Amino acid sequence: MASKVSAIADAGPEVMSTSATVVISVQNLVHRYENRTALNGVSFGVRPAELFGLLGPNGSGKTTLFRILSTLMVPSAGRAAIMGYDAAQEPARVRRQIGVVFQAQSIDLKLTAYENLWHQGHLYGLRGPALKKRIYEILSRVGLADRAKDLAETFSGGMQRRIELAKGLLHHPGVLLLDEPTTGLDPGARRDLWQYLQTLRDEEHVSVLVTTHLMEEAERCDRLAIMNEGNLVALGTPAELKSEIGGDVVLLDAAHDAGLLAERIRARFLVETTVLDNQVRMEHKSAHRFVTEVVEAFPGEIEALSVSKPALEDVFIRRTGHKFWSEATNEEAQSHSDDHGRR
Amino acid sequence: MATQTAVLPIAPASAGVLLPAFTLWWREIVRFYRQKSRVVGVLASPLVFWVVIGSGFGTSFRSGGGQGQQNYLDYFYPGALIMIVLFTSIFAMMSLIEDRKEGFLLSVMVAPVPRSAIVLGKVLGGTTLSAIQGMIFLVFAPFAGIHLNLPQVLLVAVVVFLVSFALTALGFAIAWPMDSTQAFHGIINLFLIPLWLLSGAMFPLARASGWIRVVMYMNPLTYGVEALRALLYPAMDTPFPLPSSMATLLLFSLVMFGLAFLMANRRTTRPAA
Repeated sequence: MASKVSAIADAGPEVMSTSATVVISVQNLVHRYENRTALNGVSFGVRPAELFGLLGPNGSGKTTLFRILSTLMVPSAGRAAIMGYDAAQEPARVRRQIGVVFQAQSIDLKLTAYENLWHQGHLYGLRGPALKKRIYEILSRVGLADRAKDLAETFSGGMQRRIELAKGLLHHPGVLLLDEPTTGLDPGARRDLWQYLQTLRDEEHVSVLVTTHLMEEAERCDRLAIMNEGNLVALGTPAELKSEIGGDVVLLDAAHDAGLLAERIRARFLVETTVLDNQVRMEHKSAHRFVTEVVEAFPGEIEALSVSKPALEDVFIRRTGHKFWSEATNEEAQSHSDDHGRR
Repeated sequence: MATQTAVLPIAPASAGVLLPAFTLWWREIVRFYRQKSRVVGVLASPLVFWVVIGSGFGTSFRSGGGQGQQNYLDYFYPGALIMIVLFTSIFAMMSLIEDRKEGFLLSVMVAPVPRSAIVLGKVLGGTTLSAIQGMIFLVFAPFAGIHLNLPQVLLVAVVVFLVSFALTALGFAIAWPMDSTQAFHGIINLFLIPLWLLSGAMFPLARASGWIRVVMYMNPLTYGVEALRALLYPAMDTPFPLPSSMATLLLFSLVMFGLAFLMANRRTTRPAA
């Protein structure tokens, strides 16, 4: 796993700035807060016009990584570069290259959509008729040209997000960074946003890095980096990652002790098992036959079972040995997204 | 639609300082006038402060002494003006904490904008608001027996601007590292209100004694209050000549702006949001 990761990260900055093989390069990035390590030597590269996903549960370090890439924070060690410019050494140059959409709301609700973009344009040195033209251009791209003169506080959550996106794209950045951009959006607005990101990649060749904790969003990325507790645990296309699962995924709900059941299955069928709470998880090439054998072998020990095609969550479990969401973090994530929804 | 030109950056290499500073300044003004309750507060609070506090103190205490026959409402007038400027400046910078809690400040910080432009735009925005409020209070000057000619008004405007600028910059420096408005209120109560109390706004410097007097001499706000008093009541004695008060205020403003600039320029390994 480690060798695969470093092979991709090896493309040096010199190569990048000329032939642009990698637009974002993260090399051995380490970040420590006072009493915990948020990033523990992460390396990967993002290619031009790629929709790159950073998937991980809360606390996996993806937000820290996002802050370092967007030049808001200086890493403890390692290097993060965008278009060949070091985010810690040359923040001004990096800032020129990137458009950033934060999880928190950055538009000013007391201003109109037009005014929000007008101020944003000034921050990037755009002005006058050129700026005005560009504002209407980007507003029509996100479908809000007819609402330009309305105060942002009168907009729905989805419309506000589209203004955020318009803000991030106003100055034609080559690289767009988005931190959990669909937080607080309803399913329809989520789908729209992802469709727009794909259009952006295809038509304007923007390289997009997006963080998410949602599997179905990660599925839509060209390539994915999966993070857990500050480490990169997997890197590749969603299909590649899923193909490493050996066959189908079998989940058993143990009637009594899952650990004991797992051990007995392992001894009898010589398969690898993982225990998740009261469940036993296995991968098997011919799962439909295998489950019948297991059920017959352990009557009364199994309450329920499921067989499924491998999903990204299975990749995560395989690499980390635990579920993507534990019960506790799940609740936390829920209240988290509620928080942002309310803003 | 996607043409190749769309990929080329249309923005110049740098936004410079002035355009971003202008835009941040203008946003501050527009935001203010869109919040009607803030506008009403700005117009009404100075009068309430002056009349209620001034009248209350005036009848409770005899001012007498060095102030001769001047009544307390008149004596308190410059102090009330400074208080209005203090509150407006400091509260204006509370918007910095709000900008940080929402993502607005983040989006400014990831733009290719020098930190000096952020400081300049925000501080000048707050300065403008509080200077306007201070000058509005001059409308009540005739009730304090003050009749100003144009040069006097202009000099008062300079003093008010300098005090506003210095206090807004101080507010910026305090607000920059903070993430809650509650903590900011704590600082105001602990530090800024005593600063005002010991500026000669409520009782004259001449009658203070001991360490209080020393603190009052070291308090930059004292020079703002005394400069105003010298301008509004030219006949009265003042402890400092006007030019030296103005020079002190200018120095105070520059030091505070420098402090705000230093705060904003720290790049950090801590979370920025």
